[in-house]
Amino acid sequence: MNTSQQDLKTVVVVGNGMVGYKFCEKLLAKTSAFNIVVFGEEPRHAYDRVHLSEYFNGKSADDLSMSHLGWYSENNIALHLGDTITEINRSEKVIHSLKGVLQPYDYLVLATGSSAFVPDIPGVEKDGVFVYRTIEDLDMIQNYARAARKGAVLGGGLLGLEAAKALIDLGLEETHVIEFAPRLMPRQIDSAGSAMLQAKLETLDLKVHMNKSTSSILGEGNIKGLQFADDTSLEVDMLVISAGIRPRDELAKLAGLETGTRGGIVVNQKMQTSDDSIFAIGECALYDGMIYGLVAPGYEMAEVVAAHLCAGERTFNGYDMSTKLKLIGVDVASFGDPFVTEPDSRSIVFEDSHKGVYKRINISNDGKYLLGGVLIGDADAYNILLQTVNNNILLPPNPEDLILGSRGGEASAGAGVVTLPDEALICSCEAVSKGDICGAVTDLNVTTVEGMKKCNKAGTGCGGCVPLVKDLIHETLKANGTYIKNIVCEHFDYSRQELFDLMKLNKIKTYDAALDHFGKGDGCELCKPTVASILASLWNDVIVKQHTIQDSNDRYLANIQKGGTYSVVPRIPGGEITPDKLIVIGQVAKKYNLYTKITGGQRIDLFGAHLSDLPDIWSELIDAGFESGHAYGKALRTVKSCVGSTWCRFGLHDSVSFAIEIEERYRGIRAPHKIKGGVSGCVRECAEAQSKDFGVIATEKGWNLYVAGNGGSKPQHGQLLATDIDKETCIKYLDRFLMFYINTADSLTRTATWLNKMEGGLSYLKNVVVNDSLGINAQLEAEMQGLVDSYHCEWKEAVENPDLRKQFAHFVNAPKEKDPHVAFDTMREQVKAKEW
Amino acid sequence: MEAVIDVAVEWVFVCKTDDIPQNGGGCVKVGDEQIALYNFSRRGEWYATQNLCPHKQQMVLSRGMIGSTGDTCEPKVACPFHKKTFSLLSGECLTGEEYQLKTYPVKVEGDKVYVGIE
Ligand SMILES: Cc1cc2nc3c(=O)[nH]c(=O)nc-3n(C[C@H](O)[C@H](O)[C@H](O)COP(=O)(O)OP(=O)(O)OC[C@H]3O[C@@H](n4cnc5c(N)ncnc54)[C@H](O)[C@@H]3O)c2cc1C
Ligand code: SF4
Ligand code: SF4
Ligand code: FES
Repeated sequence: MNTSQQDLKTVVVVGNGMVGYKFCEKLLAKTSAFNIVVFGEEPRHAYDRVHLSEYFNGKSADDLSMSHLGWYSENNIALHLGDTITEINRSEKVIHSLKGVLQPYDYLVLATGSSAFVPDIPGVEKDGVFVYRTIEDLDMIQNYARAARKGAVLGGGLLGLEAAKALIDLGLEETHVIEFAPRLMPRQIDSAGSAMLQAKLETLDLKVHMNKSTSSILGEGNIKGLQFADDTSLEVDMLVISAGIRPRDELAKLAGLETGTRGGIVVNQKMQTSDDSIFAIGECALYDGMIYGLVAPGYEMAEVVAAHLCAGERTFNGYDMSTKLKLIGVDVASFGDPFVTEPDSRSIVFEDSHKGVYKRINISNDGKYLLGGVLIGDADAYNILLQTVNNNILLPPNPEDLILGSRGGEASAGAGVVTLPDEALICSCEAVSKGDICGAVTDLNVTTVEGMKKCNKAGTGCGGCVPLVKDLIHETLKANGTYIKNIVCEHFDYSRQELFDLMKLNKIKTYDAALDHFGKGDGCELCKPTVASILASLWNDVIVKQHTIQDSNDRYLANIQKGGTYSVVPRIPGGEITPDKLIVIGQVAKKYNLYTKITGGQRIDLFGAHLSDLPDIWSELIDAGFESGHAYGKALRTVKSCVGSTWCRFGLHDSVSFAIEIEERYRGIRAPHKIKGGVSGCVRECAEAQSKDFGVIATEKGWNLYVAGNGGSKPQHGQLLATDIDKETCIKYLDRFLMFYINTADSLTRTATWLNKMEGGLSYLKNVVVNDSLGINAQLEAEMQGLVDSYHCEWKEAVENPDLRKQFAHFVNAPKEKDPHVAFDTMREQVKAKEW
Repeated sequence: MEAVIDVAVEWVFVCKTDDIPQNGGGCVKVGDEQIALYNFSRRGEWYATQNLCPHKQQMVLSRGMIGSTGDTCEPKVACPFHKKTFSLLSGECLTGEEYQLKTYPVKVEGDKVYVGIE
């Protein structure tokens, strides 16, 4: 360091929230000519408040941090945490902290954010009443929720709905949302959109009360309920108040800086307060009569001040408040001006109350420009619509195409990015333009989103622009003449479907032959299992014969678990099992010291098996009449069933027998990803068949067939493929559907994603499977029958063949010895893997 | 760095060539050490590394898939747990983290496989 600390001017930042942090980062990126001091009232360094709710989904405070703690000292920033600034002495340019620190400044940046606004309702001080703003708030909510049954959120705005989702996730039996206005998210969406959103939320068991003014909070020490002005009341054990935000301007007020009548520190275009060495940024700043309660405008303000301190010219000119978010699994977006109406504009509205989709776009009267709009239930088009507004892009002759259905939705969005001007702001959090992104592709050879994040930080903020960044990379590569497709990996320049067809045509039966004919290099962990799966789908040969190309689980016909042991899942078709077989499972588990658990697919999983014990365990199970459950494979898992007409008083047909028939038909068949099925005996749907890759539900006249549903991380209901069909037709359609999927999907793509990406969607699939529009159904059925006929239990073969059996040893040179590294703990009288 | 060359290597017989599957790996025990041995038959090469995956301390690398990467066809192994990959030549982690595997020299004489222990 050439200049001593004393020569440097001192910038003091009050508030170590998202914007305060970003300011430091931005200033450091420009210069090291300042001495930076930061005061933060919260006990921890800045974290990502936008993703606060993920704290309930397992993210730790560390995961949410904006930087590691060492970042501050590495950059010579003096950080005072857990210390509140209480006074600014403007004449001496010194601030005072609660802990007694006196800190002189040359420039002061107030980034004090806001606090939750708590209305003056009698009883707000009671226990069980919370706000939703900091990690500490969430800790308190989480603790209190353990003993609570019913919860409510006061306020149906963006944050309120997010808090409501958190309460549902915390396992409250009932969650209510109380909104004073006649609609939800009154600042973002119109009343028709609100109605659609409300209907969707109610299907998720959220109770919404509109037009309700809360007059008091009932209960003695603890909250017991809410009293409303209309003389009704509601019993609740806890309440989260989310009635808006209140800018933290108390410090500024005390120092005599100009503040707004409804709160907020008044700033000019350079974010200067009425004292020109004091700046205010983020949620505490009032610009042009407005508080900006989103993170992107806050970052822009930070940039303006950082530039100004380096003698730059940047100014703040207001900010677009468009938002897109996923509320309780429902996409909600509003952009531009969502509310303009006739005579100032024309609106196009698309509504599908069955699917819960509502879209409205507002167009200028001459039909040339998009002014704004609202999207509920399907917001895929958000990014491109927002860009169309912000860049005044001329609309196509049929603007309704912008919001109509899934038909080519993705294709048109992809084509849309090309028409954006180079200045178009793609990542608003980090201020990256289209030109920056395309330039990085062309000049710096960046070809992935990850690479782009490293290169210019695009997509590292809220992440909302990632799909657009991806499209831009794609389109730029294409424009530069690079042909891109979803190739398997660096060794095979083909998509899975192309490789599938090539291997089929050329009758390729081994991995090495595939690599020699169509690939290069020596293969890897991506192409080996892909080819293995194709080989299995094509020829159904014993997979352990080429065991080293199988994915870890397929290689040992068992699922590898923490600690390096395996789990064993025998097939229990339709979830039906005799007492004798249950006893055998119990005996085997006891003998080999296995942890037992019922799975979500109605079978029993035995965990903690040593690799070398697997063949013995399976011999015993096979002797008792069990066979492999293929839980390790990308293959049919289970066909879950409800008990159906044999016992259930509502049952229309015998769902168990049908489930068993289907499970036995498709067992063992390898596919691009795992497949699950379900059969329910009536519309009550106890087998949850609509959340499966295929689901069959009994009707008065026969069966309804649903396809491409999904549980897991992206839940999605199956779509109705055929109604009131008989069993034989059902099996026929299933044969075709599954085989079509196996032949055409990319690796590791579930049926839901496969169908979502299919051009033409369900109607196209229906045409293929039901109407034979491609003329391939006879062939699909024959291929499926071939697979069904060549079924074999892999474990039976492995156990009976000494060469194959030999592979299940931990030590090649000491086959009898078990891995001494394997260790267990005990929990509720069973073993559990040691923590890693 | 001369010393490295001088370090005497003791060649320990560990198994027969056909004990390790073609283009795959197996775990051998040398004293208390677990060593992952790879029979890269496609290239006619043998490699050995520690069996412990440094990511979550799992004794599983011998069960990982082997392959190659890049223009130089760097031989590598992928851990079955989280698919972090490691160079079989240098032991370096190829998926961007600071892990390092210990590697061992391998020698094949007839159908006998030896691993060099320092
Ligand atoms: C649950 C939730 C979800 C959200 N979701 C989104 C979203 O999806 N998209 C979006 O754009 N925005 C979202 N927001 C809003 C976003 O988090 C804020 O806009 C952003 O955090 C504002 O940053 P800030 O730095 O201005 O304020 P804050 O992050 O609140 O930071 C201010 C900091 O200053 C401290 N402080 C205050 N006074 C003093 C003092 N006198 N001395 C010392 N320290 C002081 C405070 O303790 C606080 O740590 C969400 C907010 C919440 C609570
Ligand atoms: S889905 Fe219908 S038939 Fe099956 S158990 Fe439920 S109520 Fe009974
Ligand atoms: S949800 Fe699935 S992957 Fe996640 S912890 Fe449970 S079993 Fe494991
Ligand atoms: S344990 Fe090997 S990659 Fe995680």
